[in-house]
Formats: sequence, C-alpha cells, structure tokens
Amino acid sequence: MKRWMGIAVILLLLGILPQVLGDYYVILLTKILIFAIFAMSLDIVQGYVGLPSLGHAAFFGVGAYTIGIFSIKVLNNFWINLPLAIVLAGMVAALFGLLVLRTRAAYFFIITAALSEVLYGIACTWRFFTGGHDGMPGIARPDIGFIPWSLLSAANYFYFVLFFFIVAFILMYVVVRSPFGHIIVSIRENELRMRALGYHTWLYKYVSFIIAGLFAGLSGGLLVYLNGFVSPDVLRISLSAEALLMVLLGGAGTLIGPVIGAASVVFLENIVSSYMERWVLMLGIIYVLVVMFTPQGILGLINKMSLKSQAKV
Amino acid sequence: MNFWILQTLNGITFGMVLFLLAAGLSLIYGLMRIVNLAHGCFYLAGAYIALSVIESTNSFLMSLLVGVIAVSILGIIMQRFFLHRFQHDHSSQILLTIGFVLIIGDLVLLIWGGEPKLLPKPLLFQGSVSIRTAIFPAYHLVIIATGLLVAIGLWLLQDKTKMGALIRAGVDDTEMARGLGINVPILFSLVFILGVALSAFGGIIAGPFIGVSPGMEWEILLLAMAVLLIGGQGSLKGAFVGSLLVSLVDNYCKALIPELGMFFIFGSVAMVLAFKPTGLFGKL
Repeated sequence: MKRWMGIAVILLLLGILPQVLGDYYVILLTKILIFAIFAMSLDIVQGYVGLPSLGHAAFFGVGAYTIGIFSIKVLNNFWINLPLAIVLAGMVAALFGLLVLRTRAAYFFIITAALSEVLYGIACTWRFFTGGHDGMPGIARPDIGFIPWSLLSAANYFYFVLFFFIVAFILMYVVVRSPFGHIIVSIRENELRMRALGYHTWLYKYVSFIIAGLFAGLSGGLLVYLNGFVSPDVLRISLSAEALLMVLLGGAGTLIGPVIGAASVVFLENIVSSYMERWVLMLGIIYVLVVMFTPQGILGLINKMSLKSQAKV
Repeated sequence: MNFWILQTLNGITFGMVLFLLAAGLSLIYGLMRIVNLAHGCFYLAGAYIALSVIESTNSFLMSLLVGVIAVSILGIIMQRFFLHRFQHDHSSQILLTIGFVLIIGDLVLLIWGGEPKLLPKPLLFQGSVSIRTAIFPAYHLVIIATGLLVAIGLWLLQDKTKMGALIRAGVDDTEMARGLGINVPILFSLVFILGVALSAFGGIIAGPFIGVSPGMEWEILLLAMAVLLIGGQGSLKGAFVGSLLVSLVDNYCKALIPELGMFFIFGSVAMVLAFKPTGLFGKL
C-alpha cells in the first residue's frame, strides 16, 4: 500500500513539474527519463544476468541512427520509424549476442566494446548515409498523426517520453519478476548448477541480451527526437562507460537503481559542464570513488542505513 | 608490387608495436586475471611525456627513459593503491581501470590538446632504405628489430630465469605458489610494472611512426584485445603471432577499404572465437 502511494506521488509530481518548470529543466528531466530507460536496459544484462557490457551504446546508437536516417532519407513517420528503431536494435543485439556470449567476464567486456566500436567506425566513415563525423542535423519531432498532440513544446515531448518510460518500466518489471527473471538471476549466481538442473542457460542469456538491446534502441530513438540531431557520439565507448556508471552508482540488480543513477549522472553532467569542460575527468573520478567506497550503489547505502536504524530501534 | 611490399613492411612494423602492448596485457591477465583497460592510456601517456621531453632536451634516448619511468610510476600507484585493494574481486578491478582510462585520457587532452602529434625521429635513423624499387624509412626497420629483441628477451625471461619460473608458477596456480612461500603480491606488482613499461615503450617508439592523438587509448587497446582474443590469453607466442596477423589485416584493409578496417579485424576475431574459443595458442 505504502509503495503504491509513493508511486502515485511521484507520478503526480512528474505530471505537474513541466507546468511549473522552465523549458531548460523540462528538457533536462526528459533526458533523465531517456537515460533511465537506457540504464535499466543495461542493468538487465549487467545486474540481472551478471554480464557487465562495455558496448551497450551500440544498440542505443542503432536506434538513434535508424530514426535519423529514416526520418531524413525516407519519411518522417513516427509509427513506422520508432518500432523500426527498436526492432533493428534488437536484431543487432541478436547478431552480436551470438558472438559475445561465447566469452566470459573480462573478455565479454572487451568484445562488446569492440563490436560497438565497429559500428562507431562505420558511422564515422559511411558519409553518404550517416553524415560522417558531422552527424545528421535537422531531424524533426514526429507528428503522431490522428492524436491532436503536438510534440514541439518541451512539456508535451516530456509527457510523450514519460509515457514510454512508464511502459518500458512496467515491461521490464514484468520480465524481471517473471520465472524468466528468476532464472537469469540464478544463472548469475551459479550457472553450472542451473545447467545441471536442465536449464538451457545460453538461451536465457541470449534472450536477455536481445531484450536489453530492444529497450536501448527505444531510448536512442527518443534521444534523437529530443535533440533533432544524431552524431557518432551515440556509439562511443564513453557513452557505454557512462551507462555502466549509472547502473553501478544507483545499484545494480534493481530497476529503481539505474533510474536513480541516470538521474544523478545526467544532473551532475549538467552542473559540471556549465562550470568547466572537464566532465570526462569528473566521470572517471566518480567511477573510482563509487567502485572504492559504494560498490552496492546508492540503493545499497540506503538499505544499509535503514537496516542500521532498524537495529537501533 | 611496391604497394604490397610497403604495406607488408608497414604491417609488420605496427605489429611489433602491437606486440609490445599485447605482451604486457597478456602477462598481466595471465597472472592477475584482470584485463587492464588502462593499458592503452599508458601507451598514450608514454608517447606524450616523451614528446614534451624531446621538445625540451632534443634527445630521443632521454625521452624514452623519462617516458618509461614516469609511466611506470603511474602504473605502480594505480596497482598498489587501487587495484591491490580488490585482489579477489576481478570485476571491481576492471571497473577501476575504466575510471582510470577516463581520468588519464581527459588529463592528456587537457595538457597536450586535441590535435594529433608526431614525435621527431631519432637523428641516427632518419634515412631510408630501398628494397628493390620500394623506398622504406630506416626507422621502421629499427622498430622491427626492437620488437624482435623484446620478444626474445621476454621469452628468455619467462623460460630461462628464476623470475620467469616464479611467474609461471603464479600463472598456473596462485594459491600453490603462495603456499610455497613465493611472495605473490610483489610478483603481481613486478609483472604489472613490466607490462606498463612495455606499453609506454611501445607508445614512444611508435610516436615517430604513427603519432599520438587523444582517443587513441581505446583504439589501440581494442587492437591489442583483438590480438589476445585471436592469439590466446596468457601466451607469449599467441601475442606475437596474433599481433602480426591483426596488424597485417588492419594495414591491408586500411589501404584498400578504409571504411571496414575494424569490421574485418573483429570479423576474424569472431571466426577464431567460433571455432576455437580459447584463441589459437591459448590453454584454458
């Protein structure tokens, strides 16, 4: 009951905020929601299956470039382009999954990074389709068609993204709470045992990898509509590293954790960038601090503190 | 014909540089079971520090010395004060190295700026050599010779010395090595420094040949990783053969179809993984 009250309050707040805040902060909030979807999708592989990936930006980038290329070269129809972005990201994940799941631990890290770097290389050099290093500007916000709801204003686009965030959250919640979700967590804890119990562990990992890819594609597409612009930066390893930090900082293996992490990182990036150019340096320092002092993330800290206060009572 | 001779020699030259990196990476992985993602940063930092030293002293040898020592100190700090705290937690160690990549990469950008730079060649090797009708810089041959010497040196170190025996013992069974009274933490640090120094050395000698630019830390790391995946982890022979394969493929592709360079390299990585997941020379 208490939890439902909490969710209702948060939703109410998110509904009212765009009406009170200026456009600048509404766009910031929109960005937080988009990266929250991205971080949650990464957490399915990183936290639940226990395979931290350094190439998750690949699927984000495929989603982003699908929207960019189709909106400009083919037609700007949201009902075709966004599903296409999601499906293509999922297909790339299905292809990459075949390769990366042959490796474990450290090597999984590297090969995911390498594959996303391959896509980065293609985006930079295939100028005819991607615009090369300069990227593709001038991507219009979509027209939803039969619903009279213009996405041009910052507040309206925020509600649009909020809708997708809620849908994505519910879908991922269902996934991790289903028997499937319990099985992938058990694979993380003890894969040999699950195999001995007769589970086809590779298939479970593969499907989780594809699910993560689908949601990453969605978030990439939403970001392109927000910025009206796509460049090879959406495929960089540093973006993957940032997403990894969001998950770590918030708390891996939960869905709320990545949301908290995404909010903190995006918010911090915004503050730091307005004072100096050295955001990447800050990111590195936060990385080291988080790994050294709060390996369980912010959620872990909160849990620890509430346990302590309970113990006192 | 000239084209092929030149590209092959270029490929072998870059292969030697790659070997310096991959050998260190492979040694560190073999013993400590961590992939040091900051390895490319040490390469970059070595080259940039050497550049500054050359600009002020005009001596390549001096820059080589200062660059390698300075980067080794950086490596010791990272290993003793950070990685060492997470001895049994490999994934935390890898995450820490990502943090260091971001920090060092951005500091390099801050200090030396964003433009690609080329180190001046040492005076002694500025000439060129002609092979039939192809003209080839003498410095490339020096790199090849250096790479071969380091490979032989590492092989002797690993197979013929007491230190090598200790390392091999640590690679095979860390617990047992500890039980026999081998000071494993010191061994870890020594191997880590050796790897870091090799990487910085590679960056400096490659400086006059391919130059340095920010962002290169990932590029070179990924190539070195491709070497390990193809050659097999923890094997010196694998690192050597893998380096030559990767850099030859890289060179021909960059010359013929520049768009797909990385694609071909990781395509071959995928092929090797599909048929032999441990790499060509790797044991499990």
